Amino acid sequence: MTEIPSKTKTGLISPTRRGALKTLAAGAGAAATMPLWARYTSAQSAAPIKIGFGKHATGIGAAYGRWYERTSVAALAKINAEGGINGRPVELVTEDDGTDPRRAAEVLEKFANQSDCDVAFGTLFSHVVVGAAPRAGELKLPYFVVSEGHHVASGMLNRWTLQPGITDVKSQISAMAPFLTGTLGKKVTMIYPDYAFGYDHRDNLAPAIEAAGGEVVAKIAIPPTETSFTKYFPQIPRDTDVIYHVMIGPAVLTFVKEMGEFFGPSRPEIFGFIDSLEATDLTSPGLEFLDGTYFWEGNPRYLQADAPDYVKAYRDAVGLDENGASVSDPSDVSTSAHMFGCWETLHIIKAGMEAAGYQSTADRQKLVEAVEVMSMMEAGPAHPQGTKMFNGKTHQVFGPQYISKVEGGKLSVVKTVPYEETIYPDEVDYTSMSF
Amino acid sequence: MSRKDLTLHLGLVALLFALHFILPAYHHGIFARVMVLAVYAVGYNIAFGYTGLLSLGHAMFFAAGMYGMGLVSYHFGVPALPAWFVGVACAAALAFVVGLLALRTQDVSFMIVTLMFAQAAYLIILYFSEVTRGDDGFVIPGALRAIGPFDLSDEGTRYIVAWILFSTALLFSLWLVRHPFGRVLVALRENEERARLLGYDTGRRKLASLVISGTISGAAGAAYAGLFGYVGGSFAGVQYSIFALLWVLLGGAGTVLGPFIGTLFMFYLIDLATEVTEAYMLIAGVVLVLLTLFAPQGIVGEIRRRLWKDLP
Repeated sequence: MTEIPSKTKTGLISPTRRGALKTLAAGAGAAATMPLWARYTSAQSAAPIKIGFGKHATGIGAAYGRWYERTSVAALAKINAEGGINGRPVELVTEDDGTDPRRAAEVLEKFANQSDCDVAFGTLFSHVVVGAAPRAGELKLPYFVVSEGHHVASGMLNRWTLQPGITDVKSQISAMAPFLTGTLGKKVTMIYPDYAFGYDHRDNLAPAIEAAGGEVVAKIAIPPTETSFTKYFPQIPRDTDVIYHVMIGPAVLTFVKEMGEFFGPSRPEIFGFIDSLEATDLTSPGLEFLDGTYFWEGNPRYLQADAPDYVKAYRDAVGLDENGASVSDPSDVSTSAHMFGCWETLHIIKAGMEAAGYQSTADRQKLVEAVEVMSMMEAGPAHPQGTKMFNGKTHQVFGPQYISKVEGGKLSVVKTVPYEETIYPDEVDYTSMSF
Repeated sequence: MSRKDLTLHLGLVALLFALHFILPAYHHGIFARVMVLAVYAVGYNIAFGYTGLLSLGHAMFFAAGMYGMGLVSYHFGVPALPAWFVGVACAAALAFVVGLLALRTQDVSFMIVTLMFAQAAYLIILYFSEVTRGDDGFVIPGALRAIGPFDLSDEGTRYIVAWILFSTALLFSLWLVRHPFGRVLVALRENEERARLLGYDTGRRKLASLVISGTISGAAGAAYAGLFGYVGGSFAGVQYSIFALLWVLLGGAGTVLGPFIGTLFMFYLIDLATEVTEAYMLIAGVVLVLLTLFAPQGIVGEIRRRLWKDLP
């Protein structure tokens, strides 16, 4: 693994006047012998490109933050090994945002005004993105989020905030609906957490299911403070074909266990979003009930038999074993369905900077414009999750979605929905907005 | 109010104004944010530091100001200044209603009741997510973040507006605690029974204190929304109630300068510790424990105890 350059440490020096003049004269003479472009390149090439990474190191996003960092470090090691960006090394400047919107905004200020970062990157939790994005716009700092929230494509944010490396919840749901109604059943009951993440599902699932010829027969909201769920299960209509669940947080193990106890062996089909169980071992006690149920995955956690070489290379670089856990600690399960977005986003930043001829922070606007004109992103070493299409107007990428079945405590992909089936109409045109 | 008191506090105001011209960009932005949050702490200090009302729910007043301001901007396009007044009015009204109910209790009960009210306010924000956008929150449109020709998203304007707000809150706080009304509040904190025996209507004064405190906290919340463009449910969470308590305790409860010093100290403690280690909360924790052991009255409180006996 290539070492990522760290900040240069400068010691105290006290040059003599004669020495300083000699150095200046020698430098000026040497510069005069070089063509203009070479002088410019030389001046720029010494400094690494700095990518400010707002890490959820503490707070509710800590499990994600740990894996987002590992993935980002691995991606930059690869990029640096391949010559960096425009011939310059790339450095990750990491700051904990505490999964807190206020701190995240402060972290962006630090990236822009103190660490001299070229771009900011990596935020996951949607409330943190929404809280920090206005500052990115004011600081004119390109802000590449890896969040999967619909806030970017909804038009709520600004021209400096982009999500080119991970799909959003709205497209994920619209991609899942045909499978639910076509394969599992027409009558769907959804169980969701009673806050923003759940509302994205609540608001988008019913229209998607109806468009696919089905019906959401009940929506059961569960408060985020709930620790026992038995009182909610009787609310599930008896004619339900499919239970759709997106519960997340530490109570999910209890949720699954109590659902298993409620239904026993005669259960309806069950479909969930893997967000519920990211960083959680599927062989954990209490999760046996999930055997035979289905999950959406942004990227398969378990190494699939037909995985191409570039997927294996990505997993090796990040340090994932066949079960999607750390190679050094099998109990440290990854957030595989989301963290690939960091890898892909960093490669997009590289492609964007190279297309824009990025030299310094003065070229930040050129970088955003270069990313906005991107479109197809073919599956490969830079895009191991699959072929995608980026929409420059909405600043949102569309990519493949995976549906996996739990079999023997592992997830096996049973269907891959291509990016073409995840696209929805534009809700904003950021390119018409000023910088 | 002595000339020395006035000189000290006006000196801080002047220093903060001078810093506008000399601070590097990053610290300039941080000071603007700290000044707004310090206004929240100033508000909290009036209830807790001077009146002895230990509230664990002040985030609801901060959030009332923030949402009052933000919602009328977001949904009705009300410009920043009138929207700010709406936010302040919302916080004042909430403080009045909460005060009427919560002040029927005392001490630990008061603490728990305010915590419960704040939790209810937080859950209301989540419950009415179609209006409030839940815990995701929302961004106030840039076009509305202006006062006349002054764009609040501009760094210089933001600093000056934060400075005006903070200076006003600081000098009002100084005036209040030197006013006979403020002295009665201190009497309530020290011995409520004796104040009642002296003929003061303690219930009414505590209510007034809580309303003033909540209003100032709400003014900070509304200003935060306008200056930084974001309104979100996390600001109504219990940690923001704890923050206010922490900032005031660190700076010195019952001191006029304490809330600002505590807020500033806490920010830079975290910010500098993050540059030393990833386990920065450990450093922050150790420093806070040491401060509690060796300066139990807070930074400004210790200065008052050791050096300046009549520091307000």
